[in-house]
Amino acid sequence: MDRDRSRRQILQAAALAAGGALLRLSIRPAAATPEMMKDAVRAVIGEAPVKKGKVKLDLPPLVENGNSVPCTVSVESPMTAADHVKAIHIFNEKNPQPNVIGVKLGPRAGRAGFSTRIRLADSQTVTAIAELSDGSFWSDDIDVIVTLAACVEEPKP
Amino acid sequence: MARALVHVPANAKKGDVIEIKTLISHIMETGYRIGITGQPIPRDIIDDFVCTYNGEEVFRAKLYPAIAANPYISFFTVATESGTLAFSWTDQHGATQVQTAAITVE
Repeated sequence: MDRDRSRRQILQAAALAAGGALLRLSIRPAAATPEMMKDAVRAVIGEAPVKKGKVKLDLPPLVENGNSVPCTVSVESPMTAADHVKAIHIFNEKNPQPNVIGVKLGPRAGRAGFSTRIRLADSQTVTAIAELSDGSFWSDDIDVIVTLAACVEEPKP
Repeated sequence: MARALVHVPANAKKGDVIEIKTLISHIMETGYRIGITGQPIPRDIIDDFVCTYNGEEVFRAKLYPAIAANPYISFFTVATESGTLAFSWTDQHGATQVQTAAITVE
């Protein structure tokens, strides 16, 4: 009997501890804000003005699983030595960090663009900015709805 | 470091734009997740990817924790001459993995 009781006590203690761990698991880190994204953009491209156009950011508008979201960027450019895309950056508003990826290209690329898979922690706006060889910046925004966020076990209410 | 896959066309015509696809198995731990012990799981990511064509850099990417696990990157380059494409991934600790692929250009 005594052994049984102590076993029950241990099990209860273990259950409590597991409950505590679950509670802590559900605390999410503070998300980045649109202001943080603006700061990150300024840190990468400086004070140059950014125009809309030329860039095409392709993401599914409705994302079922934020852990792996296919993402394609393409930029209209002849990709010659005189006129080419130098760099493409992707930023997001609400992940813990505003940067997603930054790539460097040159006329050797032939076609300005790339594909990858990204994480999205929340429904938000994703921005792609391209830097051209003449020093101008062009961008494209896309709004995505994420039903299951990256890094979180339970879906958002 | 890990298993890497690259897909490069074996043959191409001179001047053609070819698509290159790369994938490496890596956890890309963000550093923002909390482990079962209540401690944050330390960040562990690949942060640099470079592709060189016969020694000349044609593509470079800086990766952040927002890149999904097992980073997949596809991009383009112009087939200029026969030779070797080298792909190298470097993680935040400085460990580098290199994968090469040969291409024949007519």
